[in-house]
Amino acid sequence: MKLFVNGAERSFEAPPLRRLLDVLREDLGLTGTKEGCGEGECGACAVSIDGELVNSCLVPVCQVEGSSVLTVEGVAAGGPLTTLQQCFLERGGAQCGICTPGMIVAAHRFLASGKPATSENVREAIAGNLCRCTGYAKIVEAIQLAANGVAPVEPRGAGARR
Amino acid sequence: MKHLPLEQPGVVGRSPPRKDGADKVTGRARYLDDLTFPGQLWGRTVRSQVPHGKIRGIVWDPAFDWTDIVRVTAKDIPGDNVVHLIEDDQPMLAADVVRHREEAIALIAGADREKLEEALLHVRVEIEELPPVLDPLLSTHVFKAYRIEQAPRGLAAAFGAHRVVEGTYRVGHQEQMYIEPQAIAALPRPDGGVTIYGSMQCPFYIHRALQRLLRLDDAQVAVIQVVTGGGFGGKEDYPSVLAGHAALLARKAGRPVKMIYRREEDVAATTKRHPAVMKYRTAVAEDGTLIALEADIVMDGGAYVTLSPVVASRGVLHAAGAYRWQHARIDCRVVQTHTPPNGAFRGFGVPQTLFAVESHLEAIAAALRMDPLALRRKNALRLGDVLPTGQKLTSSVSAREVLDLVAARSGYAQKRATYSRDQGPRRRGIGLSLAFHGAGFTGSGEARLKPRAGVELTRRGVRVLSVSTDIGQGTITVFSQMAADALGLPIDAVDVAENDTSKMPDSGPTVASRTTMVVGGTITRAAQTMARILQGYVAEIFSAPAGEVSCQRGVFSARGRPLAPFEAVASRYLDERGPLVVIEQYRHPPGIVFDDVAYRGDAYPCYGWAATAVEVEVDLDTYEVSLLEVATATDVGRAIHPVLAEGQIEGGTVQALGYALLEEHFWSQGRLLNTRLQNYLIPTALDVPRMQTALLENPYPQGPYGAKGLGELPMDGPAPAVVAAVLQATGKLVPDLPLSPDRIMRALESP
Repeated sequence: MKLFVNGAERSFEAPPLRRLLDVLREDLGLTGTKEGCGEGECGACAVSIDGELVNSCLVPVCQVEGSSVLTVEGVAAGGPLTTLQQCFLERGGAQCGICTPGMIVAAHRFLASGKPATSENVREAIAGNLCRCTGYAKIVEAIQLAANGVAPVEPRGAGARR
Repeated sequence: MKHLPLEQPGVVGRSPPRKDGADKVTGRARYLDDLTFPGQLWGRTVRSQVPHGKIRGIVWDPAFDWTDIVRVTAKDIPGDNVVHLIEDDQPMLAADVVRHREEAIALIAGADREKLEEALLHVRVEIEELPPVLDPLLSTHVFKAYRIEQAPRGLAAAFGAHRVVEGTYRVGHQEQMYIEPQAIAALPRPDGGVTIYGSMQCPFYIHRALQRLLRLDDAQVAVIQVVTGGGFGGKEDYPSVLAGHAALLARKAGRPVKMIYRREEDVAATTKRHPAVMKYRTAVAEDGTLIALEADIVMDGGAYVTLSPVVASRGVLHAAGAYRWQHARIDCRVVQTHTPPNGAFRGFGVPQTLFAVESHLEAIAAALRMDPLALRRKNALRLGDVLPTGQKLTSSVSAREVLDLVAARSGYAQKRATYSRDQGPRRRGIGLSLAFHGAGFTGSGEARLKPRAGVELTRRGVRVLSVSTDIGQGTITVFSQMAADALGLPIDAVDVAENDTSKMPDSGPTVASRTTMVVGGTITRAAQTMARILQGYVAEIFSAPAGEVSCQRGVFSARGRPLAPFEAVASRYLDERGPLVVIEQYRHPPGIVFDDVAYRGDAYPCYGWAATAVEVEVDLDTYEVSLLEVATATDVGRAIHPVLAEGQIEGGTVQALGYALLEEHFWSQGRLLNTRLQNYLIPTALDVPRMQTALLENPYPQGPYGAKGLGELPMDGPAPAVVAAVLQATGKLVPDLPLSPDRIMRALESP
């Protein structure tokens, strides 16, 4: 079987119903994509297939043969961090980090869509990605910052000091 | 700490990118599921399936081919068949009696995951069923009971002389729902011991549990934490069970065994927040002065003791809320039911009791026709006030300040007035709550544990030594900031050692909002000691006057004259004198004394304070609640890293909003019915509104740089603030969580 993963052609043997998630993690060694629930609810395994955000735990690999798959490893592709990743770092968009790969892919795809980065649009774009750590505020902030192309600045400090 | 270097140039109080951040945003961070161990097998668990009964036998289907499946039962346990924690009541594998439906009875392991699933279907446990106790109010098995009294002789007179307000408040289970399920790998060792890798909060809990289970000496066990995908208390004690199971399989197989729970299994079998029924009866003066409080609290501990005594203890110690009372009697008992054991979840008993007391404040305000904010301001604890245990508050009290800040930021007064005029099928409301949370272990816990942590000199800076885990909250970064400033180093010169029980000092579990304050304080002291040693060394080699050498931004200087970069000094020291390791032991602040038997005294060295304001809109046709805005104000003592601190507050607030509105478990005969993310809903990005997060810094003089505990506090207040907002919108106080449409309907339709 054949897939274009993060821009490179990858060939592998797999039973047709093997989950794309397992192909990525176990057959191709791309462990950045995570499994949180195995039933398409949490979005930790989200990848982009031909530009569509998909939960890879629900996809039998035969269904996507020949497609282009983008995983978190392909977002910066070994180069320096993208603006989006930088903004996640500066604004505290990652805590435990287990939802982060799916979030980054979802946000990357949102930025590519060119939609205005209103809070509503950003929240809609990551509504399928559950995060239990951040309460989403800093993730939304990071994506908006990346969309608006503003260089990250030192975040605001404490509100009141005595 | 003598001085608080608040204005010193440095990295404390700033927000550098978290040290593990680049790995996390690129997918390079390796969690347990991402590690492969040569020859590894997968492990699975055979469970009771009945809530209470006597085991009559385990039948391994003779028609099934068991040749490449490793099987373990209680008979394979070489040491004590217990999950070592507070009591020895929980077996690692049940041998005679089962006390909850998910109790583990046998274990199997194999290389082929499909065959392993098949094998599970060919094991049958024969159990003679016994009647289960499922209602905590009917349970006669009390794990632990507490009573706190304050001037109790005046109670009867107070209730006779003043207005009496009563209420009963109920909360159910809440699931931690870390996105990475429980995950452990056990590797057998040639010395008969075992090495554990896994997702966990408390490496030494596992270390000691394995010593007892497998009868091993200290050196035969190593427990190593790998990157952990969330915990929230759910990975405090349960990983000891999973590690015990994986270790038993690994020793029998002679090969590494990996156990990762599926989501349904994780939700069904692991610990949750304790359900509680809380009856409050109060006497209040007509001017709003709180006079007397009687509370009777029952918590459901589940089948085994686990952490229930400490959860109930913390709950009861916060049950009077952040207010002054003249008389109080607070009773709390935590009892057994035949359901999976409940355990640690962020807040640890306090979200339950603060939900009750804060909702009750709303009932009092309604009875007195008084503004709830004015009632809270009038009675909020001040410096010098005394808690029901007799503890006098002597520093860092900010109850009124956080209330005022959140009222101002949320526009409380104006919105309260506007929303009181709402008409029609959609009504808005704003409500607020006041919370406090004791930082560190309860009572003499820290003094008993004697946590140790330190720093080690490296050629480029220092390495922090502890077993305090980073489970997302940012421990690695915060410890690095503290050590960097104590030594005058850039943060990049500090690294944090791998969390390994065979190499690190025992800094205690990563729980109880203690990591920054207690362990961070100990690391800071160790780093200060090392700074003095190196200053003396530099004075000696450069013949500079001792006492005038200092290090800033990684360069030693004396009287403003640069002498040498830190790296050069470190290398020379290591070459000349060998390794330099400074380990300090935590010192409990003098004068902080608690009587664990009488429940009198200073239960916590200090408290964090938080106020939350929530605005809602309630649809009176569907009874759905929408959140419009949320504002919080939180006194953290000192924000070592403001972005991480805000992250703790926002994340905890949203977990609490889930508790308030969405998260509910349904049971049938001891069986949990909703074990999936499809039917146990946690908030998505669309369920939560904009949040305003205000940090207030009222330093705790004994804390590192003034910091006090923060992690749990944000979980305590939001739920009752939602109750208060729904009360304004609908005119009804809904006393049960979550505020689902059916509960709101029942409340509105009741007379």
